[in-house]
Amino acid sequence: MAGIKSYGAYIPYHRLSRSEFAKAWGGIGLPGERAVASADEDSLTMAVEAAFDCTKGMDGAKLDGLFFATTTSPYKEKQCSTIIASVLDMDKEIRTGDFTTSLRSGTTALRAALDAVRAGPAKNIVVTAADCRIGFPYSTQEQSYGDGAASLLVGDSDIIAEVEDCYSVSDELTDVWRRDSDQFVREWEDRWVIMHGYSKNVSQAVSTIMKRNNLSAKDLAKAVIYGPDPRSHGGLMRRLGFDPQTQVQDTFFNAVGNTGSASALMMLVAALEEAKPGDRLIFSSYGDGADAFLLRVTEQIEKVRDRRGAKTHLASKAMLPSYGKYLVARNLVELPPAAGLRGMGSATVMWRTKNWVLSCHASKCRKCGLVTYPPQRVCYGCQSKDEFDEVNLSREQGKLFTYSLDNLAATGINPPVIQSVVEFEGGARFYCMMTDADPQAVEVNMPLEMTFRKIHEFANFHNYFWKCRPPREIPAEGGK
Amino acid sequence: MESIKDKVAIVGMGCRKFGENWEQSSDDMIIEAVYEAYEDAGVGPNDIQAAWVGTIASGAAGVCLAEPLKLPRIPITRVENFCATGHEALRNAAFAVACGMYDVVLACGFEKLKDTGVGGLGVGRGLHPVLEGRRTGPGTFAFIATRYFYTYGLSREEGKRTIAQIAVKNHHNGSLHPKAHFQREVTLEQVMNAPIIAWPLGLFDCCGTTDGAAAAIITRADLAKKFRDDPIYLKGIGLAANQILPHFEPGFDWTGFEMNRSAARQAYEQAGIKDPRKEMSLAIVHDCFTITELIIYEDLGFSPKGRAKEDVDAGTFTLEGELPINTDGGLKSFGHPIGASGIRMTYEVYKQLQGKAGPRQIKDARLGLSHTLGGPPQVACIAVFGNSPG
Amino acid sequence: MPGITSYGAYIPLHRVERSEFRRAWGGFPIPGERVIANFDEDSITMAVESAIDCLRGIDPKTVDGLFFATTTSPYKERLGASIMAVALDMRRDALTMDISGSLRAGTTAIATALNTVKAGAAKSILVAAADCRIGAPSGDFEQALGDGGAALLLGGDQPIATIEGSYSISDDFSGVWRADGDVFVRSWEDRMVLDEGYSAVLPEAISGLMKDYNIKAGDFAKVVYDCPPDFRRHARVARSLGFDAAQVQDPMFMTVGITGAAMAPMMLVAALEEAKPGDKILLASYGNGADAFLLEVTEEINRVGERRGIKKHLASKRMIANYETYLRWRGLITLEAARRPEKSPTSISAVWRARKQILGLYGARCKSCGTPQYTSPALGGVPIRICVVCQAKDQFEDYRFADKRANIFSFTHDNLAASPDPPVTITVVDFEGGGRAVFDFTDRDPDKVEVGMPVEMTFRKLFFDRGIHNYYWKTRPIRC
Repeated sequence: MAGIKSYGAYIPYHRLSRSEFAKAWGGIGLPGERAVASADEDSLTMAVEAAFDCTKGMDGAKLDGLFFATTTSPYKEKQCSTIIASVLDMDKEIRTGDFTTSLRSGTTALRAALDAVRAGPAKNIVVTAADCRIGFPYSTQEQSYGDGAASLLVGDSDIIAEVEDCYSVSDELTDVWRRDSDQFVREWEDRWVIMHGYSKNVSQAVSTIMKRNNLSAKDLAKAVIYGPDPRSHGGLMRRLGFDPQTQVQDTFFNAVGNTGSASALMMLVAALEEAKPGDRLIFSSYGDGADAFLLRVTEQIEKVRDRRGAKTHLASKAMLPSYGKYLVARNLVELPPAAGLRGMGSATVMWRTKNWVLSCHASKCRKCGLVTYPPQRVCYGCQSKDEFDEVNLSREQGKLFTYSLDNLAATGINPPVIQSVVEFEGGARFYCMMTDADPQAVEVNMPLEMTFRKIHEFANFHNYFWKCRPPREIPAEGGK
Repeated sequence: MESIKDKVAIVGMGCRKFGENWEQSSDDMIIEAVYEAYEDAGVGPNDIQAAWVGTIASGAAGVCLAEPLKLPRIPITRVENFCATGHEALRNAAFAVACGMYDVVLACGFEKLKDTGVGGLGVGRGLHPVLEGRRTGPGTFAFIATRYFYTYGLSREEGKRTIAQIAVKNHHNGSLHPKAHFQREVTLEQVMNAPIIAWPLGLFDCCGTTDGAAAAIITRADLAKKFRDDPIYLKGIGLAANQILPHFEPGFDWTGFEMNRSAARQAYEQAGIKDPRKEMSLAIVHDCFTITELIIYEDLGFSPKGRAKEDVDAGTFTLEGELPINTDGGLKSFGHPIGASGIRMTYEVYKQLQGKAGPRQIKDARLGLSHTLGGPPQVACIAVFGNSPG
Repeated sequence: MPGITSYGAYIPLHRVERSEFRRAWGGFPIPGERVIANFDEDSITMAVESAIDCLRGIDPKTVDGLFFATTTSPYKERLGASIMAVALDMRRDALTMDISGSLRAGTTAIATALNTVKAGAAKSILVAAADCRIGAPSGDFEQALGDGGAALLLGGDQPIATIEGSYSISDDFSGVWRADGDVFVRSWEDRMVLDEGYSAVLPEAISGLMKDYNIKAGDFAKVVYDCPPDFRRHARVARSLGFDAAQVQDPMFMTVGITGAAMAPMMLVAALEEAKPGDKILLASYGNGADAFLLEVTEEINRVGERRGIKKHLASKRMIANYETYLRWRGLITLEAARRPEKSPTSISAVWRARKQILGLYGARCKSCGTPQYTSPALGGVPIRICVVCQAKDQFEDYRFADKRANIFSFTHDNLAASPDPPVTITVVDFEGGGRAVFDFTDRDPDKVEVGMPVEMTFRKLFFDRGIHNYYWKTRPIRC
């Protein structure tokens, strides 16, 4: 029986109160706040974070595949799931796939993973979905969208939620779209979109799967159903007969925003965080049709309670002070050129060094035990040659040895850059930038964890690398 | 291992005024510096038997010296070793003379940093797309300040005030040098309140971005008096390259550099120096940032480890102090055209040992050193000179 | 009475049959052929060529100003005239300005220069007009437009044609336009553009001039006025004003194409080439209004030295093979980037320091041994201060190579160097009078390059890099 083995999620550290949009543009701000990915984040980096959360405590080499779902891939032609798999330190002989262009691509990837497990040798496939869609400035979408990611591990043993049934409908209509060159989401008249797109398709998918399993609304512990906005979502839930107080999973519209192809999966993660063994869940996404799933939670659910998931990520946050910071984060304003910024993009070098650039490997000397990053063939401690094992630092915590708040390095971006030297157990020193931190709260010896981010673009490549950050484990105490 | 002591001498030097030399190319600056050195030594282009030229990025190969000077098909080598590049030209030229291969050689260093269209040095280094993606000079040396203050329990205020005194001293000395880029004094308050470049370092804690060139004519010690009555003699030269980028160096304490200590040990041993604080008359050292000069006091044996602050507070290193350091104003006043700096520093040692340093002249100068600390940093060079053999 | 004291023109070497456009796109062909500027030419280089032609036998240091008229300046913010003044070796205190924004810019510059001379602020002003407008692929403009330039020297001293009077109309109408971000010429519905614009306003200005100065149609020896993309309209204006076909100056539509702000000045040069003392000439142009001038040719016309002008440039031509070459030369298709390491950025400081050597093509002559010498600024060594022959230091006098002819000493056809027109032909040349240097060879037929071939210098665009157009000199076969 194929099913879900683990879950994880990621919500960026920064939020923007929707009243800031009203301050910028006039008009009425929608209620609540939205999550805003930092300038060094994109769908790929968020998908990495969610996948890390989902596979916590697991060995990357034991995973058989990784499917990435998004409508905002950083590349038109280059498989991102391969990059993500390398970051997770997975083997080369795995299945990878990027599922894109539909808001349903998250659940499409989930179905594909279930099918892959059912069909054959694959036992553990990570599905990770992330989106970072941009609404036109001064549009409702700009306020209602949010950035985030969710991840599910699919397999056939140690199942936390069995997938009892799935059902899909496909329906061609141009309701929300972006052409290949479009940056902003376009939308047709919204009442038509809701009536003939969202409500109709989701109703059909959910009703069909309930009917053929002889279920009525009261048989379900939770209805985890995508919703583009609270009104349409609430209306549909009423029509399907779910009790808004007890049965309806929140869409996170007020706390995160609509996270596109990650949205339904993030809701499912939140539902699983609260689920009890034996609970039956109906789960549905929407986009050019709809996917619906019937799930049954098992006893194993108690084994994955230590994920950061939606709950911890939601609590760990800092507010962006202005709409301007949002524009900078989403690269919607042109800042003064990064004068004097030197760098290079090289496919060859990145390929040759991916074991430490992507997989975050350091070398550990077999003779003297010293750990160094990046890996050294001749040991810094005892000069023995080629006597080392590679160890992975990506999930280790370190502490800050020294730092600088560098305004010069911040040329072309938000100052200051927090230049950091992180010390790990075993001796490794890791020189990198610190992200998602308050510069005024930085101090020697503070604990740090690693996070995978976009460093810069050179020569038409996105160059990804590691940064450090204060652990997201502990919800911020009054901003400190 | 043989010592280089008293085998070679410098008999002529030249230094182009440092600054934003918009109107001059590298070639112009080379010509100015080298022709001053020719004149100083009483030689011409056809007396030069071989040459070494140092630049980190403003020229390629030996021809970057041959072309402007039209030196006729003699051996010319370009050397590069981060900020020790100028010293490397001197060092290799000295070794070639010491081995007897040549009698008269030229060492020249230059750098054209102001043709980039940006005020400061660039951001991001290295030959890897992401590893040092936004590394800066100030950001790196700020690591030292953060850690030095932390390790020795200096408050931010105390730490800033200590290094600020170094900026005040060097700018005072620079105000007395007509070839310095910056010739104005600064006050402690100006330094303390200057805009932060990379915390804890402010604007006046950093040296300038500058164009410049300097040159030396080197000969065998036994021939030196044929050129002039007051040559200076090379007593020792040490060079050390660190085996790993300090940023990734396990266990590194970030309060001083072993490569400084190693280069100093080599040079002092060759020169027969036991107590550098007592024996040296002056030192021109690599004050790329004020914090760098502070830890150099300790690395080079002028102050005990962790106690440079006491000497700074006591005025030990001022023009009138016990051991004047950076009498010409240092990198703080001259800026740091990388390939030129090692030779520019030696130019000040040369003038001081000859008693020709004008208003900056210190009393009874007999032994002086020049020091560069290069790269991320990862290389150090120290050259000791004296004004009499033996 | 001030007027025109010299003239010159430039028409690029290359032409394309208009039937080539039909081959590419189908649709209706316009008869004739059009001029195509080479890939290394633009408005500035064509204006320089015209100015050199105009100043043959005249010391550029005696000219008090340079006005550059174009609607296709390579820069939004950087004076073209000051680049050209260095290339032309004019005085540093010459009055320079760029006049732009309208197809009337050429005649506006003439009127402005005339006013400057009349006001006593200058004795002579060089007006150089050039345009290189681009029509969107497959449109009529693409076929109708052409590239070229003309230059007129204006002054009070012994004019070859006096300017007896002028008449102007300003008339705002978005008939034909390009917004600041536009590459291609836009047009309103063409019949209205012609009926209410060109065909109405141009005759109005001409009639106004004739009335003011009491001139009848038959009094003109030649009438010179702009031609619209629909060339039949040109003849219709003549008929409406009562000009005889023999009076009308050929607009060169069949041989050159519409050359924008340079069109009326180019036609005037062609008229002056044939003019006799006492001839009355009408000069008129159209663009957001119209300018009309009354000229009278003097005895001095017989004293103008040899000019390549329109006649010789028109006769000297080479057909390009196909439409794709045109696309490549105008940068309208993205070609695969050369797989070569990126160039390091152009240093504005270094180019500025060597501007006399780069733009003015100055070398030096040793006063000790008399050898003229030139070093490419790209190789350093500028200015030369120590003689390569006799090592004399600072014993040099300036020596200009731009106006010297040379012979090819050696050459290569380099297929490795990236170019819109491979191979890159590189020549080592010996200048007449001494001096050797290396230059790219342009407007050449690769099959006809040989050692000993005589060449001349031409001012071209070397490359465009990170926002900077880099101009320099190339060699070319003696044009005509």
